[in-house]
Amino acid sequence: MIKLTTPIADDQIRALKVGDTVSLNGTILTGRDAVHKWMIDIFIEKNYAPEGDDQEVYESIKPMLEGGVIYHCGPVVSGLDTGDYKFVAAGPTTSIREEPYQGRVMEHFNIKGVIGKGGMGPKTLAACQENPGVYLHAIGGAASLIAQSVKQVTGVYKLDFGVPEAIWVLEVEDFPVVVTMDSHGNSLHDEIESRSQEVLEELLAKA
Amino acid sequence: MQDLTQQFLELVRLAATSLPPDVEKALGEAVEREEEGSAAKGALDTILTNVEMARENATPICQDTGTPIFYVHYPEGWSTRKLKQQIRDAVVEATKKSYLRPNAVDSITGTNTGDNLGDEHYPTIHFEEVDGDTLTVELMLKGGGCENVGAQYKLPDAKLGAGRDLEGVRRAALDAVYQAQGKGCAPGILGIAVGGDRGSSFLASKEALLRTIDDNNPNPQLDELEKTITKEANQLGIGPMGFGGQTTVIDTKIKAAHRLPASYFVSVSYMCWAYRRRKMTINGDEVIYA
Repeated sequence: MIKLTTPIADDQIRALKVGDTVSLNGTILTGRDAVHKWMIDIFIEKNYAPEGDDQEVYESIKPMLEGGVIYHCGPVVSGLDTGDYKFVAAGPTTSIREEPYQGRVMEHFNIKGVIGKGGMGPKTLAACQENPGVYLHAIGGAASLIAQSVKQVTGVYKLDFGVPEAIWVLEVEDFPVVVTMDSHGNSLHDEIESRSQEVLEELLAKA
Repeated sequence: MQDLTQQFLELVRLAATSLPPDVEKALGEAVEREEEGSAAKGALDTILTNVEMARENATPICQDTGTPIFYVHYPEGWSTRKLKQQIRDAVVEATKKSYLRPNAVDSITGTNTGDNLGDEHYPTIHFEEVDGDTLTVELMLKGGGCENVGAQYKLPDAKLGAGRDLEGVRRAALDAVYQAQGKGCAPGILGIAVGGDRGSSFLASKEALLRTIDDNNPNPQLDELEKTITKEANQLGIGPMGFGGQTTVIDTKIKAAHRLPASYFVSVSYMCWAYRRRKMTINGDEVIYA
């Protein structure tokens, strides 16, 4: 098990290979569908001017994402009425929905790690090679267990997106993940997909 | 009529936080088949620890507590209007208690209602009047990741070489598992409907998932097909979480539905390993949860 703490340096990223198990520590941010679309629309493609607290949120998260990690997660959070937030359940959501955005988001913020489940496609893999960065696979559905790795919720932005879609700022300790896409162009997901395709063809060839 | 709001709340708590024994058993068997030190074994070990933890702490097994789908079989004389209200009240309470994540999003405005109440389809409630005096309520929580990898095939399908017969069903099912890869949180359970129209076919595919893992299909032809699909899906080697491994599909359940002469749909509902379904039966004052 390789121990990593955010912010992560490029040489630490380059040293990671598909199949490595990693214990992640430090500050990470959650961000999923609404957040990625918001980042692209307003700050990367600049299709819309920032409104309300957009600019303020952007300035706050930017330094945390520099060398940082974004987590595709829509948690169950308690303490919503008191503001004393606790993560009750916090497994990964399916990452492929962020494929149109992820590479550009990684590049813009210099994000080093993307945590999610199910893997991502060629654009993200290319960004992992160039940036460099890695895709870290958490265990889908292991929400109670992963919530135990979240030691503190230190902030939340864009709660108006809804609890699952907000940007939650977390301090994590020994968050268990597996590298399934590395910065050398390797993807476990591509490998499994092409292998399973061969078997499928054999199974469909027989009557 | 009794007020069952508290009983519905308990049903939701149980479904969200305690995996049914048949599913846990199947996952326990799956871990034995994986190689020591493999990512697949690691994933299943984590899954099983998580299942225990969730049960102990009464916290959700998965943060995506899914669409709550209720199947209410009620004896004559019960008010479905009142039952519906009680279910909705219980869902709001369960959300406050963090058994459920607020999951109901207005599709037009994008606003999350915050309490899991949406329009007439959210939560989903199916009512069916039955003989006898027993009220039976089944609840399935179906997460978005696995729902997104569900698929509907219109046979014949030239690309798959799938005709309008059970061999065609086999081909469609294997393609669905291949397309899903690990994205539906494998190892999964397949609920397959053969026939129906597009809508009723998907409904039937979810009803197929209400059976327990270890039961057999009463139709011997379908029973054999269920076993074949499970066996061959596992040969694909996708494995837990798509990490590669022995178990991609835990089980397959098939339900047939009458169809129009012109249509032959095969609908596949993919259920993730966190197969959250629980049942409550009420007879007079006696309440049993299973």
